[in-house]
Amino acid sequence: MTTSTDRPDPEATTLALSRDGRPVSDRGDTVCVIGAGASGLAAMKNLKEHGFGVDCYERETGVGGAWNWRHDRSPVYASTHLISSRPFTQFPDFPMPDSWPDYPHHSQLLAYFERYADHFDLRSHIWFGTEVIRVEPVEGDGWDVTTRSTGGYGPERTSRYAAVVVANGHNWSPKLPGYPGLEEFRGEVMHASSYKDPAQLRGKRVLVVGAGNTGCDIAVEAAQQASHCWHSTRRGYWYAPKYVLGRPADQVNDTLLALRVPLRMRQWLYHSTLRLTVGDLTRFGLPAPDHRVYETHPIANSQLVYHVGHGAITPVPEVAGFNPYGVQLTDGRQIEPELVVFATGYLPRFDFLDPKVLGDDSGTGRPNLWLNAFAPGHPTLAVVGLLQPDSGLFPLAHWQAVLFARLLQARRSRPDRAAAFAATAQARAGERYSGPVKESTRHWFEVGHVDYLRAVQRALDSLEGK
Amino acid sequence: MSSVRVIRGSEWARPVRPVRREVLSNTPELEEGRSPLLFVPGFGHGAWAFAEHWLGHAVSRGFPAHAVSLRGHGGSEAAPKASLRAYVHDVVQVAAGLPRQAVLVGHGAGALVVAHALARYPARAAVLVSPVFGGWGTLGTALRRNPAGTLPAAFGGRLRLSRAQLFSRELPDSEARRYVSTLGRASRRAQWQLLTRPELEPPVGDPPVLVLGSPDDRVVPAAALSRVARRYGSAPLLFPGMGHDLMLDARWREPIDALLDWLEKEPAAH
Repeated sequence: MTTSTDRPDPEATTLALSRDGRPVSDRGDTVCVIGAGASGLAAMKNLKEHGFGVDCYERETGVGGAWNWRHDRSPVYASTHLISSRPFTQFPDFPMPDSWPDYPHHSQLLAYFERYADHFDLRSHIWFGTEVIRVEPVEGDGWDVTTRSTGGYGPERTSRYAAVVVANGHNWSPKLPGYPGLEEFRGEVMHASSYKDPAQLRGKRVLVVGAGNTGCDIAVEAAQQASHCWHSTRRGYWYAPKYVLGRPADQVNDTLLALRVPLRMRQWLYHSTLRLTVGDLTRFGLPAPDHRVYETHPIANSQLVYHVGHGAITPVPEVAGFNPYGVQLTDGRQIEPELVVFATGYLPRFDFLDPKVLGDDSGTGRPNLWLNAFAPGHPTLAVVGLLQPDSGLFPLAHWQAVLFARLLQARRSRPDRAAAFAATAQARAGERYSGPVKESTRHWFEVGHVDYLRAVQRALDSLEGK
Repeated sequence: MSSVRVIRGSEWARPVRPVRREVLSNTPELEEGRSPLLFVPGFGHGAWAFAEHWLGHAVSRGFPAHAVSLRGHGGSEAAPKASLRAYVHDVVQVAAGLPRQAVLVGHGAGALVVAHALARYPARAAVLVSPVFGGWGTLGTALRRNPAGTLPAAFGGRLRLSRAQLFSRELPDSEARRYVSTLGRASRRAQWQLLTRPELEPPVGDPPVLVLGSPDDRVVPAAALSRVARRYGSAPLLFPGMGHDLMLDARWREPIDALLDWLEKEPAAH
């Protein structure tokens, strides 16, 4: 059992100077992992397993990233539960205890990641309280990674790595839409990222904007706690229950996927199941969906329609603008909430990287990658976990990490295959792994889990020469 | 062996039903940071088979040791319809619940369960003790050695292993009788799967694998031992004169000491 810490020696020999002439400690073949959340942990564990040394930098003081409610960037609220059931959420080689519920609570998920880190002895590789401020490519496909203490204290340090895994998460930088008159609004305004506890809603007139899974969860809590709840959505959605036919809905869906039932057929089955169970949503004043199911990110919420049926949630259309005491809706109505919660999502941010490295030449913030992970022209860089699957994220992040580890192995043992891989990354950057989806920043990283994993399987097979 | 498998749609869609599992644990008073051992008994045996001698001995040499009873065996919940996959699930669940990466030690058909579990859990190392990897040859050997006890099993009945199959003559008769009377049975489905041999996937994380056995084992012929060892790129370590149940036979100390010595020397197993 390794008990030694594989951290870089603070007095490491300085073999080179960085671009601006500061000393760089050379970490040899070690791989740098940015972030110790779910994706970063999976990357570390799989790189270690494939024989690589790893250094991980984590700005917080614990593992778990977004799922650690103690972290100031964590978006979880007290009642957050998974929306994909256990078999789709756990790492494929480290199952969650089967005594846990189908849809575990976020605190259980944190416990799971902490156990994962301990089980595979990952903590000794993590520099906690250290943030990455710059990642620059250097000659020979290496990377100079500059770090300092979180919050900007202490000196900067630059280390040279053979490869970098970016796993900094994409659900922490709030996306706030601009509305005319929002500055003059006298009520309280918050983004869902700062929503933690239903006590924040108690007794207030609340408007929840956004029909993502978070928006629906907050609307349901507002229905029980607030004096009134309006729920504003851009369009009609399919509100999928968490259980259908007596089983977790995603397990039923994957039964069909395993049988290779075509998309159209699955959509038809889904629509008819929803019609039979949930019924016609327009009766409640909800708009009819303008798209087929599987064309937007799925919403798994059994309770929203229930509370609409109780009259505790009033569905309203999009917000047109604000005035000091009220909110103007696009249908001309005016409502007067005291608290507006924007559950309008998050945008990815890679402050430490030149956007061009990730193929974002126009500066829109949208990386252009193959398999949502591999940057054309940078064979030793991988982004792990930058996905919005219609299922659990962690198995996908696991396989991304395995693929990257095998790619790094192939660079030593089979350079021809690694070169072929790089050529594919160049040619196929920007490929999508889902059916047609609504164009929106929310669906930038939308993937169908089976389509995506099939693509990863093909990439793994081609690396192994199959 | 086939390549790594990413998509397991039918497994995701149909998770294994959880059951109450018996796990007997014995941990050293002083935590020395060694990898825990997880013993997996074969068909008919329960965790008790390892609790008898090996758990205590492993602990006396500083290894935390645990033994699980597969569902339907020992003190675990009854599971008359359990499949091989359910047994593998039991092993992976217990292994993932241990504080560190575990060394999986499977005996008999439990070695096959471990071999399947290696594809689903990155074990630190694996030890296959008198491995029964199944197939029709296994049935043939058993029919020859013990026709009356085996024939019903070929038709879904209970497999009755005899004293002569499991132990050497050195083991006192009273003890042998006590062990044989404690034996249970595997599910009918798992017995069939042992014969039809579902394909083995490659282990994840490339763990070192050691094969132990006896040339005088009346369940596993020496040729079968070598075949299993060759699959993992090694040769079996042999203990002549012992029966199939190395952990219960009179000279149980030799194989467990060899196993622990190997773990201490194997660099990847630390």
